[in-house]
Amino acid sequence: MLNILDNTVNPVEQFLRSDRMPHIWCPGCGIGTTVNSFAHALIESKIDLESLALVSGIGCTGRVAGYVKLDSFHTTHGRAIPFATGLKLANPKLNVVVYSGDGDLSAIGGNHLIHAARRNIDLKVICVNNLIYAMTGGQTAPTTPGHATTSTNPYGTFEPSFNLPHLVEAAGAVYVARWTTFHVRQLARSISEAFQKKGFSFIEVISPCPTLYQRRNKMGDGLDTMKYYKEKSKVRHGAPTSEVGLTLNGEIVVGKFVDRDRPDYQTMMRAQYVESLGERYIEEPETECVCG
Amino acid sequence: MAKGRVSIVVERCKACGFCVEFCPTHVLALSSAFNSKGYHPPHVVHPEKCSGCDLCGMYCPDFAINGTKISQDKVPQASGGEK
Ligand SMILES: Cc1ncc(C[n+]2csc(CCOP(=O)(O)OP(=O)(O)O)c2C)c(N)n1
Ligand code: SF4
Ligand code: SF4
Ligand code: SF4
Ligand SMILES: [Mg+2]
Repeated sequence: MLNILDNTVNPVEQFLRSDRMPHIWCPGCGIGTTVNSFAHALIESKIDLESLALVSGIGCTGRVAGYVKLDSFHTTHGRAIPFATGLKLANPKLNVVVYSGDGDLSAIGGNHLIHAARRNIDLKVICVNNLIYAMTGGQTAPTTPGHATTSTNPYGTFEPSFNLPHLVEAAGAVYVARWTTFHVRQLARSISEAFQKKGFSFIEVISPCPTLYQRRNKMGDGLDTMKYYKEKSKVRHGAPTSEVGLTLNGEIVVGKFVDRDRPDYQTMMRAQYVESLGERYIEEPETECVCG
Repeated sequence: MAKGRVSIVVERCKACGFCVEFCPTHVLALSSAFNSKGYHPPHVVHPEKCSGCDLCGMYCPDFAINGTKISQDKVPQASGGEK
């Protein structure tokens, strides 16, 4: 059988480490689909790839860092945001993207998430939310909706889950959106918009994990999940985030929920130093980091 | 004449069916052939209906397919080959 049936090149390919394909993600996993939207956002926003850094934590989603042909960092579990914060503070010109899973960002890394939002660190966070810790076998995450069956709650979860858009809005994020892997073009647009913002931006992408979440909950395969997203998603731009919590089988409210401006961490820092030190505050010229 | 065409990297496909389901003009179907991992990749059943919108490419989680627009003054090249 012919391997390539035609010779047009996929525009996403330039952002991939092609030698690492095929990737490890399962058939019907949504993570790869989110990467397409991300790549299209890079094209649309004409972002200088030299200025871009992508940081992941650990998990199936964390693997994104290893598959993109960008300056990318696969850090430790839960620590993508502090690592990214360090990058941004040391080199404020960088566009820093955090690309990680719901467990990584909101469980072990939950503390970093709320404080980065509170401080308004200029990071673009893409959170692939498959409602579970996938890589380690499908354990209950802080995002798992009530009554779902997981490997650690075989009789159903009963603890309340985090509504991530609500959490990050309350903590101070300047841009908050949610899409599903069905909304490929809207997701790309949101990522492009987030690149235009200065401050903590959070984009949640609801994504299928057919192997561990959908299978245990008898929700079918990846394609069935995509059809469910298509059928049950409601676009409500500007919806109050308190109303967008997820349930096991219910409606998924998607859209851009928050788009506001407030000074980011580094702007506030400079303003404070100028206020208290006056003439004595001398801005360091930006230094090139010469490594190696 | 078709406004677009698709390319498929058969060996990357995991047969999730996203491209087949969400192609707006139903250009694709999963073929009965296997790739070397045992998956049934899509093939083109209605080439004339392809608009080159690349939704198949946007949905494909395995970077195995994409659509491109054909500029109308150019005759599409029949091409292909082992890569
Ligand atoms: C310090 C530490 N604790 C626990 C783990 C095990 N671990 C690896 S990935 C993961 C959860 C990943 O969940 P999520 O971030 O939602 O990613 P997904 O696999 O669902 O994409 C856990 C608990 C680890 N690698 N390091
Ligand atoms: S286990 Fe789930 S999240 Fe991980 S690659 Fe498979 S489908 Fe995707
Ligand atoms: S979307 Fe990609 S992986 Fe899924 S069937 Fe189509 S070509 Fe194969
Ligand atoms: S490019 Fe558009 S019309 Fe052509 S096969 Fe892909 S989804 Fe269908
Ligand atoms: Mg997860």
